[in-house]
Amino acid sequence: MPSPESKSLLVVVRHAPYGSSLARTSLEVALTAATYEQEVGVLFMGEGVLQLLPEQDSTQIGVKNIGKLIASFPLYDLDSLFVDEDALLRHGLDDKNLPQDLRPLGTTAIQQLLRKYDHILGF
Amino acid sequence: MIYSLLVLSSPCSGQGSATALRFARAVVDRGHQIRRVFFMDEGTLSGGSSIVTPQDEINQVQQWAKFGAQSKTELILCVSSALRRGLLDASEADRYEKTAATIHPAFEISGMGQLIDASASSDRLLTFGG
Repeated sequence: MPSPESKSLLVVVRHAPYGSSLARTSLEVALTAATYEQEVGVLFMGEGVLQLLPEQDSTQIGVKNIGKLIASFPLYDLDSLFVDEDALLRHGLDDKNLPQDLRPLGTTAIQQLLRKYDHILGF
Repeated sequence: MIYSLLVLSSPCSGQGSATALRFARAVVDRGHQIRRVFFMDEGTLSGGSSIVTPQDEINQVQQWAKFGAQSKTELILCVSSALRRGLLDASEADRYEKTAATIHPAFEISGMGQLIDASASSDRLLTFGG
């Protein structure tokens, strides 16, 4: 059972949506933390930004849709979503329809974000 | 200081699991405490009792088990990651009608809430692998 203490947690997501089981695992950790009413943020970096692609269709490869999992975040009050704006640009996602709560951050802002949280879980 | 560790990488590939174990030993040697080691994803293989290592290589599972027993540290395998990889304790083997338990008795299978609890109750939470 969770102890009465609480620590803020930043989940750093660096895996492309369908290349590794860690992609889904990282999001499940964030959702579980939100379920236990911890202060939790998610930072998408590197290839992890590809998880944010709108209208993902994973039916042909027979795995669950990561985009739908991210779309369910508001149901868990998980709205502290951040993304490395350089990675967004690099992957050509900057003009795409991205989650409403998502905040693009530059390098300095990311450094500040990393300092703000008690724990950082890097996936 | 109270530490918890999250281990994501397989003991069969790369250094993540071995580095986590060395770090854990160093934490205890320096007089700190390990609240819990939580294994997820490929990291859960660190608790697989049916892993056989060549005689001239280190068996990571036995090393973790020894550390757990000596330092009385909780070694927890995430249930959803473990089941997918065929890692079962006696009750899970029974529930899913499998022939045998496949985790080392030094490890326990539990839910992701144990990771969140470790986060809330530790000064430091470190990730290995990923």
